[in-house]
Order: sequence, then C-alpha cells, then structure tokens
Amino acid sequence: MKEPNKQIGAGMNRVDGRLKVTGAATYSAEYQLPGMSYGVLVGSTIAKGRIKSIDTRAAERAPGVLAVISHVNSPKVPGFVPTGKDPSQPQTVGGRLKVFNDDKVRFNDQPIAVVVADTLERARFAARLVKAQYDQEKHETSMEVGVKQGFVPTQAKKNPKSGVADYVRGTADAYKTGAVKLESEYVIPTEVHHPMELQSITAHWEAPDRLTLYDKTQGTLATRRDFAKEWGLPEENVKVIATFVGGAFGNALHSWPHESAAIIAARIVNRPVKLVLTREQMTTMVGYRPHTWQKIGMSATRDGKITAITHEATGQTSSYEEFTESTVQQTRMMYTAPNVNTRYRIAALDVSTPIWMRGPGEATGAFALESAMDEMAHLLNIDPMEFRLRNYTDKDPEKNLPWSSKFLKECYQAGAERIGWNKRQLKPGSLRDGEWLIGYGMGVGTFGAHRGSSKANVRLLPNGTVLLQSAVTDIGPGTGTAMTQIAADTLGLSPDKIRFEWGNSQFAQAPTQGGSAIVNTVGPAVQEACLALKEKLRTMAGASNGAFAAAKTQDVVFADGYLTLNGNPTARATYADLLRQTDNGFVTVESKPDGEHNKNYSMYSYSVHFAEVRVNPLTGEVRVSKLVSCADAGTIVNEKTAGNQMKGGAVGGIGMALMEAAVIDDRFGRYVTKDLAEYHVPVHADAPAVDVFFVNQPDPHVNALGTKGIGEIAIIGVAPAIANAVFNATGKRIRELPITPDKLI
Amino acid sequence: MNLESDKPAQHDEARRYFLKQSSLLTALALVPGPVVQAASAQFDETVAAAFEKVPLKLEVNGKKYKLKVEPRTTLLDLLRENLNLNGTKKGCDYGQCGACTVHVDGQRVNSCLSFAVMHDGKKVTTIEGLADADKLHPMQAAFVKHDGFQCGYCTPGQIMSAVACVREGHADSEGEIREYMSGNICRCGAYTNIVAAIQEVKNGGQKV
Repeated sequence: MKEPNKQIGAGMNRVDGRLKVTGAATYSAEYQLPGMSYGVLVGSTIAKGRIKSIDTRAAERAPGVLAVISHVNSPKVPGFVPTGKDPSQPQTVGGRLKVFNDDKVRFNDQPIAVVVADTLERARFAARLVKAQYDQEKHETSMEVGVKQGFVPTQAKKNPKSGVADYVRGTADAYKTGAVKLESEYVIPTEVHHPMELQSITAHWEAPDRLTLYDKTQGTLATRRDFAKEWGLPEENVKVIATFVGGAFGNALHSWPHESAAIIAARIVNRPVKLVLTREQMTTMVGYRPHTWQKIGMSATRDGKITAITHEATGQTSSYEEFTESTVQQTRMMYTAPNVNTRYRIAALDVSTPIWMRGPGEATGAFALESAMDEMAHLLNIDPMEFRLRNYTDKDPEKNLPWSSKFLKECYQAGAERIGWNKRQLKPGSLRDGEWLIGYGMGVGTFGAHRGSSKANVRLLPNGTVLLQSAVTDIGPGTGTAMTQIAADTLGLSPDKIRFEWGNSQFAQAPTQGGSAIVNTVGPAVQEACLALKEKLRTMAGASNGAFAAAKTQDVVFADGYLTLNGNPTARATYADLLRQTDNGFVTVESKPDGEHNKNYSMYSYSVHFAEVRVNPLTGEVRVSKLVSCADAGTIVNEKTAGNQMKGGAVGGIGMALMEAAVIDDRFGRYVTKDLAEYHVPVHADAPAVDVFFVNQPDPHVNALGTKGIGEIAIIGVAPAIANAVFNATGKRIRELPITPDKLI
Repeated sequence: MNLESDKPAQHDEARRYFLKQSSLLTALALVPGPVVQAASAQFDETVAAAFEKVPLKLEVNGKKYKLKVEPRTTLLDLLRENLNLNGTKKGCDYGQCGACTVHVDGQRVNSCLSFAVMHDGKKVTTIEGLADADKLHPMQAAFVKHDGFQCGYCTPGQIMSAVACVREGHADSEGEIREYMSGNICRCGAYTNIVAAIQEVKNGGQKV
C-alpha cells in the first residue's frame, strides 16, 4: 500500500508544466541581451579539399553586417593548437573540429565562415553573398566502401578490455558448426536526431576573460570544460546556462563547431551573438546515428538452445574523430549461449562526426540481435517468446556475476497479455483483416543501469521552503520533477514547498544528461543532501529543545513544515524558527556509487516491446496498429513522466523501423535529406496509443532509490519488434532499415 | 527601374542587385515604392537600408502594434526577435514541423511561412495570449494533466493547433485528431498523451 503523502511513484504533474504550456519556458535562443547580434554560418559546398579563396567582400558591405569571419581572419584560439587526444571526450579519439582554424574541408557543409549582423534577416542575406573557391580532392562518403575499410578503434588497440575490443567466450565463430544455423547481415542507415529545437547558442563575453553561454547542451559542465579549455580560461570564468533544452536525444552530448563559431564571433564583434542552426545544418553539423553494417551468426540445438552467437558490426565515423558506441555488447550478456564472440570496427569517411543517438549503439545492435532471434525461432518453428525463455539467463554470462535485479520474465508475460500474443500464428502471412495482413513481433532491449558521482546543494529558506540546485539539465524526461519528488519524500515536505533549480554550470556538480543515468546518479545526491539537511536541522533543534537533543536521529519525524518526534508529537520545531537560530548556507553533499555493489553485481535495465502491424500487400504500406512497451527499470519515480518517456521511445522506434534514413548523394558527398520533408519522422498519424507497463520493483544495488533508468530501453528493441511483426505478417524479412513500401512489394 | 539581370560588377552594388533581382517578385508586390526607388536611384547603402522597412499594423494577443518591418521578415521572426514573444517556436522555418503555429484571425497558420507584412490589420493570437491571465486555457490545463509534452519545444504549436483542431470540428475521434494534428511534429513522441489531452477537452465540452 502506498504511504500517504508519498510523492515517489505518484504521477505528479511536471514542475515546469505551466511554463511549457504558456510559452514562458526560455530556451537557449530566447534570452534578451542588450546589443544582441546574429550569426549565420556558411557551409562548404564540397566534401573534401582545401579552400583556395574565400570572397567575403560583398557580405562585409551588406547593410548591418558587423563581421565576416573565416579561416583567413579568425583569431587565434588558444585551444586550437594541436594537442592530439581530447581528454574531455574519453570515448573519442582525435579531436573536435577546430572551426575556421585552417583551410581544410573535411565534410560537406562544414562551417567555413560566420556572418554577424545586427538583425537576423541581414545576417542571413549577407551569408549568401560569401563565395568560396576550392581545390577539391576525391572524397569517400559511401558506407558500401567504408565497410570494406573498417578498422579496430584506437581505444580497443590501446586497451583490450575496452568495451569496443574483440570479445570471445568459448569458441569464436562456433555457430558455423552448429546443428541449426543462420548467418544474416543487417544495415541501419544514418539517422538524425532532429530535436524540434534547432541547435542554438547565445555567446556573450561579459569581460575579456569571462564568457557566458546560453547554450543547447545536455551537460552544462562538459560544455563549460570544453570552452574554458578552448579559450585557456579557468573553468569558473565560463558560465553555461541551459535551463530548457528543446529535445536533444544525444546530439547535445558533444561540443560542436557552431558553438565555437559563435564564441569567436562574439569576441570579434564585442557584442552577444545568437546563432541558430538551420534545419539543414542539423543534419550536417551536430552528429547523427552512424550508418552501421552488422552480421549475426547464430546456431542452436533443434530443441531451441542457442549454442553460439557471433556479432560483427562496422559503424561510420569521420576522418578527424573516432566515434565508437556499444553496438555489439548486449549480445555478450543477453542469452545463455556458451560460445559468443563480437567484433566491432569503425570506418572513417569524409563526413562529420556521429554522436550517440537515443538508445545509441545498443538500439542499433538490438535490431540485428533481436531480428536474428526471430529468424532462428522461425527456423526452429518455435514461438519467438518461448525461444527467448529457453535461453533466459539468471546470471550475467559475460561478467559471471548475479544480476542486481532482473524482472524480464514479468515483462514478457505482461506484454504478451496486453498485445494478445496468443493471436500470433507461427506461420507468416496467416492473419488477415480484409486486404490487410496482420502480424505480431517482439524485441528485447537492455541498457546498463549506470550510476556516476554527483553533488547536490540544498538549503532551507526562511519561509520554510527548500531550495535545491544542480548543474544537471532536463532535456525532457522530467528530471526537475523527479528530483522535486525525491526531495519531498526525503524531507517530509509537500512538493510545492520545494524548488529544484537546474541547468546552470554554477550549481552543484552533476553529470551530463545521457545514458539513462540521471535519476540513478543525481537522485541519490538529492536524497543524501536532503538527509544531511535533516540531520543539520535535528542538531539545531536540539540546541534549544531537550527532547530533540535527547532523541535519536531515527526518532525524528519531518512533517509538513515542522520537525517533531516519533512517540512525542508535542515536540515541535518549525523549520523557519530553526533558521533564525543559526547560519543557513547550502548543505552540499557528494554521492558516489557503492564500489562493493558494483563489483559484485551486474546492473541492467530491461524492456520488451510487442508490436502489431497491418501491412497492405498491394501498396507495401505498414501501419503499427498496436505497440506495448514493458520495462524493468527498477523503482518508477513518476509514473506519468516515466510512462511518457517509454511512449516517446516507442515512437522513435517506429521512426527507426519504418521511415528514418539520411541519404547522401555520394557523387557530391552531400546529404539530400536535409529537412523534415525529406527526412521523415513519425507524426501523429504514424503512431498508435502506446501501452506501457512497468514492473516497478526496486533494484537493491544501484542506489537507495532502487532506480535503473528508462531513456534508452524505451527505444532499444522497438525497431526489431516492428520488423519481426512485418515478417510475421508477410513472410518478408527486411534486414535493411527503414522498412519502406518498396521493400515489401 | 531596371529589370535587367546583369550581374553586379562591384560588391557594393550587391544590396541593390538583391533588391532588383532576388526579392523582386515579392518586393514588387509587397513593398512600397521607396525601397525599390532607393535601390534604382543608387542611393548610398545606409540610406537604402533606412527605406527597407514598411509600416505594419498588427494586433497581437489583444495588443495593438504600429510597426515598421522589413518585407522579408517572417511573422515568426517578428514575434520572436522583435516583439519578444518567444513562446512561438522555430523548429524548421519551412512549414514542416508546426512548432510556429499561431492563429491569424482565428485560423491556424505556420508563422514561419508567412511574411509579417501579409497580415496588415489582422489579429494574431500566440501561446502567450491563450490563457485568461493566470487561468490556463482548458487545452493548456489538459496538456499539463496528461503530460502532453516532454521537452516542451513543440508544445506551443501543438496547443495552438489543438485548439484550432477542436474549433474546426476535426476532433471527433482519435483517428481524426491524429490526422488533423499531423502537421505538428513532437520528436519526443508524446503523441499518445497529446491526443488524450485533446480528447478530454473535446469531450469535456468546455469552450475553447
């Protein structure tokens, strides 16, 4: 039974809901600063070569233009001296593009100049007057070529234990000698995050050595570190504000050329510069899910026990930065197979650098693994859920550790009931409704239940309300709301007496929002900070009240606005009274993961997605008519916002499965799908009402809250669930996404 | 007035060239004579710039504005950059995403796809003008209750579209709502909750 006044679990409305529905939430391009100017980027029109000449005279003379900056006249940026590896990005080798630093062109639409003017219209017009001449070199943008040139990532060469290094359990490639075997290749095209908010930054040099950035970023501190380093400034001289972030899905996990360009421009014109990318530039300048080729080899006994899996993948990266992701890792731990090996390679093309996109590599990898599971079940003539259950593993076969918690079977059961799995026929193409073929499919997702270190600041204000501050961002999951709930429960205050402030690099240290790790990480920091505040208040109450002084900490009860004692309800000290007695600074607490738990347990969130599709055999149209997403994500802090995340991930999965593909014309090395009319994302009419189920069992080892993380598992496994349903409906196995009508007719 | 398309020999002629050529189709239709006259008379650029703006009367959220705007300024950029009404969002600038949806004389329009000067004398309602002072519009309240958003960036456009969708009589079923809301993209994928919010408002019979 739910305890009265408990906020955790309750579907509390978002603390920033009112701001968002009234248009009062302020995003990075919406700060009003005196003397604001506008920057517009000019992109290269070739994919590889050198800028022979750049003619900026027309732009410079256009009305209102304050500066035109290119490699010819860009100031010396201290951080642009070659240093090799960028320590701020441990998972990438190479370095961020040093904008306007040289005449080299590394990808098509690389920023080659920024035009700054006093109005947006004038900047946009003048940007079109900048003309460049190039010495063009032969470029390569085709992954068909790239796949043949894949190489072992540098980090794997340096560290054989790296997650992207080759892995072998039992015998490598043992599937080749299995009783029943398959070998299938899968392709995911380049996909683009395309959050609704265009990437924006307002850069303002408040003094020659003090920089303020209103920036679209998932990590205020990571952004602060990158640009402090770029300009050789102490970190405390750089302030990054990202209170509202209009979606990101990973593309604001990295620092990008447009941010560097805006900062350079603001320095030159000595005014604040607002720079908003165009929708086209969202394709070329701020990362994407890399085009990835995969191969799964799998063997099983005739009674459905997997004997071997080999998972190979080659993902695209740029020529100047090694981007890697965890495409093959889940294959090592998902099923009981005694022989498992993985090989991960990357291919450097003349394109911009990819970046993690929701679910990241795991979502790509799950398309291959979960499609192959469906293919093997079909070969064996076994129900795909039954096949997964026969290969269910109660411990982590990769690390040889017990799971911290695993309720995946509960997800299978709930999902099967909700979708009506019993209607599914083993033989594809068996179900029809008029001219529409109907099919059912499932896909499993898993993602590490990561927890990092974080601080939180908390203080009691004289009016009896509590203020918390964290540098963490809230890109949409409802972080601010979840933290308010956690604080409310810990303190015994109603949520409206708590104010959680976020998205400012000057607040308490918190990690970048990503990897489904924020509630896992910042949640405990908020909880522990609130406990420390309680302890401080108890001690303060004890100074003037013998009952409190004599009480043990566990007897102290924090009611709504006052302190009292268990068994002695007449003992009372209001929070406001206590504050009058003594100093009232912030209590700052640092919360760290428990090393023993991490050593002894393997920690993962799980999801399983069930899809019902309707396929028109004449037109090849696929409609997702039902989608059920079930998750074992530990404690659910807010059913409403967590459910929304699951629904949103499922919609993202519909995009992956059926429509999303960024296409390059390799003759020019240039994307042809640069806006939302060419790059299709799901709209209202593409998505059914998504049915969500949470097991909602606390994990005893990740943290004291019992959370495991939701953001990634919401999308991981959705695309294969839909692809498998299409196979069940039609008998056609589509191994190259997206499943467009041409592939079905 | 010279309509010949000879390329400008000097860069300082670029602005005049632009006025003569690139924007001529719209400029001729929309812009009073002085701008083009300034250009063709080869006035100094700074003088020409002063002629760029044309008068515009607009009522936004009940407030009357007498403005001078460039003909090429979109209604969206006017709201965001000149009137400090940032609730209306720029998601694509091509009418593909719906984040910029506002009501002009009661009709929903993509404000990025229309020039401000096309709306002379008209009434514009943005998300900032929907609530009755502190009292949320029923659609805004329903979006909060059903969590019809995540990042919140498409939300003003979704709500303005949703209000229009109900007023138009296009919210009679879940399927109809999905069809008539498909011009408003939510990349966070909160569609399930947005549709639930619209259905509640529609079925609640409140005045929208």
